[in-house]
Amino acid sequence: MTPALSLENITKRFPGVLANDRVNLTVAEGEIHAICGENGAGKSTLMNVLYGMLPADEGRIVVGGDEVHFRSPRDALAAGIGMVHQHFMLADNLTVLENIILGAEPKGRGGRIDFTGARRRVTELGDAYGLDVHLDEPVENLGVGERQRVEIIKVLYRGARILILDEPTSVLVPHEVEELFRNMRDMCARGETIVFIDHKLDEVLEIADTITVLRAGRTVATVKPDEVSPSDLAELMVGSELPTPETRTTSVQDTVSLQVEDLSVLDDDEREVVKQISLEVRRGEIVGVAGVEGNGQIEFVEALLGIREPSQGRLLLEGAEINEWSVRQRREAGIGYIPEDRHRRGLLLPAPLWENAMCGHQGKEPYSRKGFWLAPKAARERTRELIAAFDVRTPGPDVAAHALSGGNQQKLIIGREMIMTPNLLIAAHPTRGIDVGAQAAVWETLHLAREQGLAVLLVSADLDELIGLSDRLLVIFRGRISAALDPATVTPRELGAHMTGAATEAEEPQHA
Amino acid sequence: MSPRASHRLPAHRRLTLALAAPVAALILSLAIASIALVLSGSNPFPAYGRMFSYGFELETLVDMVNRATPLYLSAVAVAIGFRMNLFNIGVEGQYILASIIAAQVAAELSLPAPLHLTVIILVGMATGSLWAVIAGVLKVTRGIHEVISTIMLNAVSISFVVAMLFRRWDVPDESLNQETAEIPASGRMPNLNGFVETFTRDIGKGRFLWGFVIVAIIIGILYWIYVSRTRPGYDLRASGINPLAAEAAGVSPKRTIIVAMALSGAVGGLVGLPEVLGRDYAYGLQFTQNLGFAGIAVALLGQNHPGGIAIGALVFGFLDSAAPILDVHGDAPQEIVEIMKGIIIFAAVITYVVVQRRRQAEEARAASLAMASTEPDPPSDAPEPDARPAT
Repeated sequence: MTPALSLENITKRFPGVLANDRVNLTVAEGEIHAICGENGAGKSTLMNVLYGMLPADEGRIVVGGDEVHFRSPRDALAAGIGMVHQHFMLADNLTVLENIILGAEPKGRGGRIDFTGARRRVTELGDAYGLDVHLDEPVENLGVGERQRVEIIKVLYRGARILILDEPTSVLVPHEVEELFRNMRDMCARGETIVFIDHKLDEVLEIADTITVLRAGRTVATVKPDEVSPSDLAELMVGSELPTPETRTTSVQDTVSLQVEDLSVLDDDEREVVKQISLEVRRGEIVGVAGVEGNGQIEFVEALLGIREPSQGRLLLEGAEINEWSVRQRREAGIGYIPEDRHRRGLLLPAPLWENAMCGHQGKEPYSRKGFWLAPKAARERTRELIAAFDVRTPGPDVAAHALSGGNQQKLIIGREMIMTPNLLIAAHPTRGIDVGAQAAVWETLHLAREQGLAVLLVSADLDELIGLSDRLLVIFRGRISAALDPATVTPRELGAHMTGAATEAEEPQHA
Repeated sequence: MSPRASHRLPAHRRLTLALAAPVAALILSLAIASIALVLSGSNPFPAYGRMFSYGFELETLVDMVNRATPLYLSAVAVAIGFRMNLFNIGVEGQYILASIIAAQVAAELSLPAPLHLTVIILVGMATGSLWAVIAGVLKVTRGIHEVISTIMLNAVSISFVVAMLFRRWDVPDESLNQETAEIPASGRMPNLNGFVETFTRDIGKGRFLWGFVIVAIIIGILYWIYVSRTRPGYDLRASGINPLAAEAAGVSPKRTIIVAMALSGAVGGLVGLPEVLGRDYAYGLQFTQNLGFAGIAVALLGQNHPGGIAIGALVFGFLDSAAPILDVHGDAPQEIVEIMKGIIIFAAVITYVVVQRRRQAEEARAASLAMASTEPDPPSDAPEPDARPAT
């Protein structure tokens, strides 16, 4: 039987990042096909390519046996592919019916919109697929679950036979998830094909007919849910190649550099995403905080830096309470920071490298004198040293940061922190999205610094990195430290299971 | 390219790229203005010739500088905001309010000359600054976008506060001219005619080169030093480029917004003073409005660079001061210069983008060359041989 959809060797590059590396995906007619993988594994890029929002650099897309070339979502829709985005795209002040037909209004007599006809068709669709919505309600009055149904009907109304649902459960509460799954099964029973993106293991195993796992931009496996256990899937998602075991010499000193006591942090929506975390990092120690993204790590790090105010708890740096300190005070007291997203929090992309090198240290020698007068000449000189010491491949310090490849940008960021000899380094995903060579250089740098007494808090999801570098491992899951593991004995499989919650859930089954 | 990769683009290349945009903009605007003139039945060439010869007469040049001075200050005020990604549309309201208050304070004070003048200037800066900070505070505390708040504050300033103050401070006299009390001699900015005339013939036609141009030059230098040579200036720019990265680097976004608005408003408070202190010696009905909006255009044209803004202000000053000759001789309506100004901005904005892309591409090429010349390993993602047997 011809598959409903197949992607062959899709490759998509962004400057410095290989987002999709010869990805293959075959989706059979009428099935629910889950694509899972960590954030950053390339799921969204793949879906954007499939939906015509991004052109693929290489590879073929075949729909129902015919090769297609999409230049826009309109082309994808014409071929029967519709997408429901993670963030809804609805006009709040219009009614459900108006939203559904928006942009595809049926024309009635005299160029007016044929609302009667539209209503009939939408009602039919809703009944057929068991999607229950109130057509005359303004969208602003709807809850999240109902908005999602509106989005789904919108796509069906446009004639889609293959639906892409991008992390549809991330916004739903449990009973809404159940309803969504019921709807999905109904739709498949009526011949729709669903491609479903998710990284929650239990959900994927419950709903999917087939699961394709992506990791670091590659297809690692395509499996059936009854063939795999949650921990198998976890291992596939986060990877399991063992790092070359490091000779473990401990350099941990007695002095506690960072102490976190009972820290809780709220996110922008006032939800508690970090729950009573306590930990300490000593000088000469690397403490790994392992977790799949979205378990509160970003907010945790922001609280340590002073960007986000904690709702409770104490922070101590070298014994002094720093809760009331500004970001600048903390940075000047010697907290180095490698951000999880170098473009978002790390770099001034259009600015020259020397201005990037001083970012975060702009008040210190040699970048400025008396904390006020910039010293561009000395800053350029220091940047040249940094470029040489950390092997940043660039024509020189006056090149804009966006001209560099991702790995070199990362080396610049790591260099700018390390060259200022911090007391405490907060390293969030320090090797994400960079090539193997640059990765090894970064690990080497962190290793050396640790031996010289640097305290490192390593927030990561990379098993090799966590096990290979850390002196101690803590697992963060749903905002809590859920396990403390010994990197010398833990297997990647166990760690992966802990990170995805598979281990915890196996031990203490949840009651729904 | 030389084998020893230089760390920046060669100097002549950078200069060419920097000049390409404004020159292209000027040529384009002359061309389009010519079309407009032809369509309206005028011959463009005599009109341009007349503007050119009149424009470079000494008296017209004095007009040009006098016109450019407030434009420059206004544009610097706007540029300070732009550097922080803030759109201060409120320079209009800030400078008009600052001017009337400064004029009134100047008239009521009596101090020795240099002190008197200094106090007036500081009063103008403080007024502009405080008025601008209102928008900053609204943004920081209530999340109100500065475009909305500064536009509304313009209305409040001009139509309400200034109107009320002017009713109160307007000195009734037998002339029809309404204005505030006259500023005494110690509070007037001396003109520079004497200085200029040591190099040229005497300036005639009752023209005076306002001394305030010196203040504008000083402000330009201070702006340059602040932005490119001080840490707070770096913070401001960093925050404008990437507020999240700047925040992680210890730059408080809220604080920076307030500081940027305060500085922008302080410079904005100076915009009306050249004519208050150099020509009218009072705030009156003849006071020039709309300089705040013109400043946005000049800042755009000058790409927020102190030197670029100076050129932009002088070009606009030249067009404004040379245009009246067109009506005198009936070659063309003088409003043609408004078309030219509009097109200059349009063309400049477009060509800047083109040039910037060009420069980025050249830099990226240089960077990848540097990588290739030092890269020992082949790319790590070498394609695997195709495993499937050919059928």
